[in-house]
Amino acid sequence: MTTITTLPTASAPVRAELGPFTAESTFIARSFRHSVRDIDAMLMAVLLPTMLMLMFTFIFGNAIDPSGGYVDYVVPGIILLCAGFGASSTAISVSRDMTTGIIDRFRTMPLRSGAVTTGHVVASLARNLVATGVVIAVALLVGFRPSATPLEWLAVFGLVALYILAITYLFAAIGLAASSPEAASGYGFILLFLPYLSSAFVPVETMPGWLQWIAENQPITPVIETIRGLLMGTPIGDSAWWAIGWCVGIVVVSVVWGGWLFRRRAGRR
Amino acid sequence: MSVAIDTHGLRKRFGSTEVLAGLDLSVPAGSVFALLGPNGAGKTTTINILTTLVKPDAGVARVAGFDVAASPEEVKQRIALTGQSAAVDEVLTGTENLVMMGRLSGLGRQAARDRAAELLERFDLTDAARRRLGTYSGGMRRRLDLALSLVVDVPILFLDEPTTGLDTRSRQELWNVIRSLAEAGTTVFLTTQYLEEADRLADRIAVLDRGRIAAEGTADELKARIGGDVVELRGADGEVLLELPTDGSVHGLRAAIELLDHSPAAAVEGAQVSIRRPSLDDVFLAITAGAEASAPELIESK
Repeated sequence: MTTITTLPTASAPVRAELGPFTAESTFIARSFRHSVRDIDAMLMAVLLPTMLMLMFTFIFGNAIDPSGGYVDYVVPGIILLCAGFGASSTAISVSRDMTTGIIDRFRTMPLRSGAVTTGHVVASLARNLVATGVVIAVALLVGFRPSATPLEWLAVFGLVALYILAITYLFAAIGLAASSPEAASGYGFILLFLPYLSSAFVPVETMPGWLQWIAENQPITPVIETIRGLLMGTPIGDSAWWAIGWCVGIVVVSVVWGGWLFRRRAGRR
Repeated sequence: MSVAIDTHGLRKRFGSTEVLAGLDLSVPAGSVFALLGPNGAGKTTTINILTTLVKPDAGVARVAGFDVAASPEEVKQRIALTGQSAAVDEVLTGTENLVMMGRLSGLGRQAARDRAAELLERFDLTDAARRRLGTYSGGMRRRLDLALSLVVDVPILFLDEPTTGLDTRSRQELWNVIRSLAEAGTTVFLTTQYLEEADRLADRIAVLDRGRIAAEGTADELKARIGGDVVELRGADGEVLLELPTDGSVHGLRAAIELLDHSPAAAVEGAQVSIRRPSLDDVFLAITAGAEASAPELIESK
C-alpha cells in the first residue's frame, strides 16, 4: 500500500536559522510602519480622549464639582480611556492579518507563531504611551496639578504600560476571534464602555446599588484608583495589588486564548 | 528520478463535506505539476495540506522527503507558497514587503535589500518599488506576491491559482516566470481551473474531481485518453455550433459525420466543418462526466 519505489529527496534547508529576535524585530518594524502610516487612527487615538477630557472638565466639570477640582479627579480615567481606545485598533490589525492571505504565508515559513502578534502588541504599546503622554500634557495645560513625586510618576508609567499591555493582548485575541476586521472593531467597542462603569468619571458611591457592585469589582476601578492615588495622593489601599493582579491575569488569559484561537483559525478561511 | 512530493490516501473532511477522498499523487523533482479542477474540487485543501497549513484526517503526504504531519518545520524550510488571495502587506511598499520577507527567511539586512532590488528588477516593478502595495494593480500585486515566494531559492514552490483574475498580458508574463523557474530546476506545484494554463505550463496534469484524482498524465496522454480528433462545426462568424469527439478510427469519423448530417445545426448558412486535435476542455468534460463520454455524442456548445 504505502510502498514507495523512489525515495523522496531530502534536500538541504534553504531558509537560514533566524537570530533569537529577528522574527520579532521584523514584525515590530512592520507594525510600527503600519501605525505611523495610519494617520487617521493615530489622530483618533489622541484627539478623542483629549476632547473627552476637555468636555468633562469644562462642560460637566462644574456641575459635578463646583470647586473646579474635577480635572484632577477625571484625568486618571481619561488616561485609561485613551489607552483602551488606541489598543482597540490592534483587534482590527490582527483580524486583517487573519482574513488576508498574509498569515498563511507566514505560517508556511519556519517562524514562531506568536511573533506576528508580538509585533502588533509592541507597536500598540508604543502608540498608546505616546497618546497618553499627549493627553497628560494637555491635561497639565488646562489645570491638572498632580502631586506625584518622580518615583510615583515612574510607578504610574509602569502601571499604565501594564494596563496597555493587558488590554492590547485582549484586543489581539478579540481580533483572532472576530470573523472580519469590521466585526473586530464592533466587539472592541463594547470594551471601551468599561471605563464609564468605573470610578473614572464619578465616584462609585453616587451610582445605584447594583451598578456599584459592578463598578467596584471590575478591573478598571482598581487601576484608576491606583493611578489617582499615585498622582493625587488619594488613598490607594489594596487597589494596587488588585490592579496588577487583574492586568497580569488578563494578559495570561488573552495569550492562552489567543494562542488557541490562532491554531484553530489559521489555515481555514 | 527523485520525487519532490508524494501522497498516499490523503483524506480531509470539513464537517459533513468530504473534500479529499483518498488522494494519491507523485510529483517528480524539477517538474511542473498542475492540479486541475473546478471550484470546490479540493485544490486549495490539497495545497494547504502539502504546505503544512492543514492536517489531513488520514493518509501520508511527503514534501521534499519529509512527512508534512510529523516534520512540518523541515518542510517549511524548503517550500514557498503563493496562495489564492494575494499574501502581501498592503500598507508597506514593494521594497519593504520584499525586505521583510528576506529578513524572515534569514537574510542579513544588506542581503535582503540587494535581493529585493534584484527581484523588483526581474518582475519589472522597479518603478513601483517605493509605492505602497495598496496602489498596485492586480497584475503587479500578483507579480510581487510571486516575488515574495522567491526571496530564497526554494526547491519546491506552491502556487494556488496563480493567474486567477489576471488579464491576458499579466497571465502571459506570469507564465514566462513560472517556466523560467522550472527551467532552473524548481519543482512547481500549481492549481488551476484554466485548462490552457495546465496545457501550456505543466509537465504532468492531474484532474481533480470531487476529492479524487480522475485522471493523470501529460497533456498529450490525457488528450489521447478520449481517443481521436474532434469534428467541429462553426457558424459563419466562427462561433462553435457543434463538437463531436471521435475515437480516431475511420468508422468513428464516419459516425460523427453521420450525426452531423442529421443535426439541424449543419443546415445553418455558411457553416464550416473542420477536424481538430482534442483540447483539454474535451478531456475535462469527458473525464468528469464519466464513462458514457467514450462513444461519439453531441456536445452542445454554449
